[in-house]
Amino acid sequence: MSTQQPILRVANLKKYFPQKLGLFKRSKNHVRAVDDISFEIYEEETFSLVGESGCGKSTTGRSILRLHEPTSGEIIYQGKNILEFSKGEFRSYRKDLQMIFQDPYSSLNPRMTVKQLLMEPLLTHHICSKKEAEKRVYDIAVKVGLTKPQVSKYPHEFSGGQRQRISIARSLILNPKVVILDEAVSALDVSIQAQILNLLIDLQEEFKLTYLFISHDLNVVQHVSDRVGVMYLGQIMEMSSTDELYNKPLHPYTQSLLSAIPSTKPREKKERIILKGDVPDPSNPPSGCPFRLRCPKVHERCSVEKPVYQEVKQNHWVACHLYDERNQTDKDKKLEEQFI
Amino acid sequence: MRQFIKRLYKDKVGLLGAIGILLVIFIAIFAPVIAPYSPDEMFTAHALEGPSGEFLLGTDEFGRDIFSRIIYGAQVSLQVGLIAVGIGASLGLIFGLIAGYFQGKTDQIIMRIMDVFFAFPDILLALTIVAVLGPSVVNTMVAIGIVFTPVFTRIVRGAVIGVKENEYITNAVAIGVSPFKIVFKHITPNIMAPFIVQITLALSGAILTEASLSFLGLGVQPPNPSWGGMLDASRTYMEFAPWTIIFPTVAIVLTIFCFNLLGDSLRDILDPKLNKE
Repeated sequence: MSTQQPILRVANLKKYFPQKLGLFKRSKNHVRAVDDISFEIYEEETFSLVGESGCGKSTTGRSILRLHEPTSGEIIYQGKNILEFSKGEFRSYRKDLQMIFQDPYSSLNPRMTVKQLLMEPLLTHHICSKKEAEKRVYDIAVKVGLTKPQVSKYPHEFSGGQRQRISIARSLILNPKVVILDEAVSALDVSIQAQILNLLIDLQEEFKLTYLFISHDLNVVQHVSDRVGVMYLGQIMEMSSTDELYNKPLHPYTQSLLSAIPSTKPREKKERIILKGDVPDPSNPPSGCPFRLRCPKVHERCSVEKPVYQEVKQNHWVACHLYDERNQTDKDKKLEEQFI
Repeated sequence: MRQFIKRLYKDKVGLLGAIGILLVIFIAIFAPVIAPYSPDEMFTAHALEGPSGEFLLGTDEFGRDIFSRIIYGAQVSLQVGLIAVGIGASLGLIFGLIAGYFQGKTDQIIMRIMDVFFAFPDILLALTIVAVLGPSVVNTMVAIGIVFTPVFTRIVRGAVIGVKENEYITNAVAIGVSPFKIVFKHITPNIMAPFIVQITLALSGAILTEASLSFLGLGVQPPNPSWGGMLDASRTYMEFAPWTIIFPTVAIVLTIFCFNLLGDSLRDILDPKLNKE
């Protein structure tokens, strides 16, 4: 499905939100929403970012579209670092990079009809005349499963699923290359989720789209993705192909996440790894490994040294001392044997 | 729009206000037809006469028909009200959009200036402005407009900040819509409800302020008929000719009452939370 050609490369992306404290609002502390992450997305594949709420997956998506200005890092699209463009220059690139938002109720302007909503992107980028735009609106509306008469209605006359279809149409009408789906189906009922996911998969094939799929729902992610990155506290902990990640997870965090998926075979005994505690405060992350406070396999080294994010197998990246071959102690080796 | 009228029709109190306002507008437009006499015509023989068949609401100290003067006074009141609120609302919309959209320093500067205006009582500020510009109808309108600007700015700014939080604004940015279009196509239509309510309420305030200024001799200059001016003139005679003061007062009170009724019911009707049926 995917060719090995990265269309989008994110390198050392950081986004720190300053925390304003005190009477004079001096910036004292930073919330490290995204803390030095790197990944590549290949053409026509679906790359997913999963993680708990607040782990920085949405911030990553929004930073790529520069809806937040990243603190540092590079985002290479078509060989160019899009962070170097001015806002005006970047605007013309926006038609290649589109986003679908989580909440279908607040992501559509209530005072515009579906037709106006769908025509706006075309007219904004001066892609075609008004007449031509109208024709395209009908084409795309039918493609996402709306009927022609529905096009002159207002968003509040639609259900959540239909609204999300409108959002999809609005993003795809520009023929983008990369679409960022930020929890695109999370607000929908499970039955509607399936419809929308299938629609997205069909559209991906038809328009040769590349998806960055951001979600907390492991089942959905498994269903749609080619490769998955697991995020925790602003960092990618593990990244590999979907099959490998779901069948042979390496990082203790991924293992615990996967153990939490309810099984379809209730009689089959499955060991659940229940994490203790909460996600640490991202403005004050723990020393060493960000996951060490909750990790069931924590050892001394974790609090001292930050694990290196490295490729431990072909296309399988992990940031964990358990798999650091360079200077593994005997004790660590034993631990590894015990758990794999 | 049709739904809006239907809702207004259901709200009897608001409807009453709307009818009252329409009646005042009707009277103002057709003043020459309705009024039995010219507002300036002096029947010196009949000065300070009480209400009678000939002079419906009595006459003032120059023998002018109070009924006719009240009818012509409606023209002034509405004209000043509409234009003054127009000035205040336009300025407020512009400043509010700028402050709310850009936030940060721009917002701080605009809002602190508005706070300075807010600190003065309305009438004192209007008096000062008129005193500087010189008393005339036009200057009254400008003064009232300036007095109302901070209220509109604050309301628009608040609404803009609220609307900006919505994902459809982020969505528009993501699509590449220019900031100018975002402000006018996505933000402005969505802040209209509180804005329109404020316009209705400000109209009554403007009419009252105009009456106050005229009463203080800084608004509409005699012999032009205005409700406030009539009150001012009748102060001397009110003890033995109460009709000279009662009827203009009733005109002011009823008009403002109607605007307030409509304003209050519009606030309910245009509340977006109630708008989903």
